Amino acid sequence: MAPEETFDAFKQCAVEVLQVDPSKIVPEARFAEDLDADSLDLVELVMALEERFGVSVAESELEGVQTVGQAYELVASKL
Amino acid sequence: MPTGCAITSWAAALPEQVVTNEDIMTLFDTSDEWIVTRTGIRQRRAADGPFVSPKPPSSPPGGMGTTAQLATRAASAALERVGLTGADIDLLVLCTTSPDQLVPATSSPVAHALKIKGGAMDLNAACAGFTYGLVTAASFVVAGAERVLVVGAETLTRITNWADRTNAFLFGDGAGAVVVEAAPGESSLLGWDLGVDGSLVELCYADHGGPGMVMRGKEVFRQAVRVTVESATKSLERAKVAASDIALFVPHQANVRIMDAIAERLEIPKDRTASVIGRTGNTSSASVPLALSEAADSGRLSEGDLVLFAGFGAGMTWSSAVWRWGSGGG
Repeated sequence: MAPEETFDAFKQCAVEVLQVDPSKIVPEARFAEDLDADSLDLVELVMALEERFGVSVAESELEGVQTVGQAYELVASKL
Repeated sequence: MPTGCAITSWAAALPEQVVTNEDIMTLFDTSDEWIVTRTGIRQRRAADGPFVSPKPPSSPPGGMGTTAQLATRAASAALERVGLTGADIDLLVLCTTSPDQLVPATSSPVAHALKIKGGAMDLNAACAGFTYGLVTAASFVVAGAERVLVVGAETLTRITNWADRTNAFLFGDGAGAVVVEAAPGESSLLGWDLGVDGSLVELCYADHGGPGMVMRGKEVFRQAVRVTVESATKSLERAKVAASDIALFVPHQANVRIMDAIAERLEIPKDRTASVIGRTGNTSSASVPLALSEAADSGRLSEGDLVLFAGFGAGMTWSSAVWRWGSGGG
């Protein structure tokens, strides 16, 4: 999958789970401050990403993930 | 000998003392909005019977109490509702993870209070306990029991760490009971699944003499959604029905967001999901019978309806069952 397609698929998951406008899903967007997403939203997003991309994310890997870019890197690095 | 069974009565018991989110805010820094958006919980109950262990230094407004009292209250109501007495019961299964004493089982004093004629045992599968109990009851009917009283009762406020701002607001006390009776025809238990993964003990536990419940909330969330969806899917397959055939989904009431995430993945709509968590909090083994009682009392169940029970809890344990509601007969 080309990087663009990967980010689009990622964006789709984020829009569905976080119920935000697609235009808000940019690498610098912070989950809490910019997307109004709490810790459980992030857990649900990671679950959706695991299902979508067929990857596994360990609990410890979520530590410190605060932006869309960080979440995307985490998933992309497993593909 | 009939091997069919039916749930012929149900009842709930909640302590009177209400602990609101505002009350919780007097213990540590949090807010009603924060608790409600993350869990759906607005209030929970705290029993106020006599103590059997010393009161912890930090405790919620109100009191603590006994699991036995709550169990007895719910069970008596369930029996009375259909004109039964303890003498009509062959087995009492008390599902609890907060027994009043280490020894004996809390079902012993409860059996005495109810004058149960048969045997009595506790069943501890944490928050998955009640559905384990239903499957157990149906199995005992196959083995020849005529009536099994299944109770879920907890005094979780007694094992809550009230200084832990990450989870203290979750737990509440309560009890629910059902009578499972032998009935002609096919079993009402159409499909079931019980499971455990003991490698996940550290996700949720409370030690003897410890400060109270320790829980890794986010990981519990993930695991709970995953295992419950898998288990429910298996039960539906074994029952040879689809999720769209389910009239009422009764999940363990741990957190409304977990319940929603599970229902969504199973494609069961909210208006077919039983929910009492807003006013009870997480009552472990009592949550399923509390939600079931409320649904049954509000007329949400008709003869022949398919009910999907599902629970998950510390262990991690999980359980699910497809049950045909009604007075029995296939």
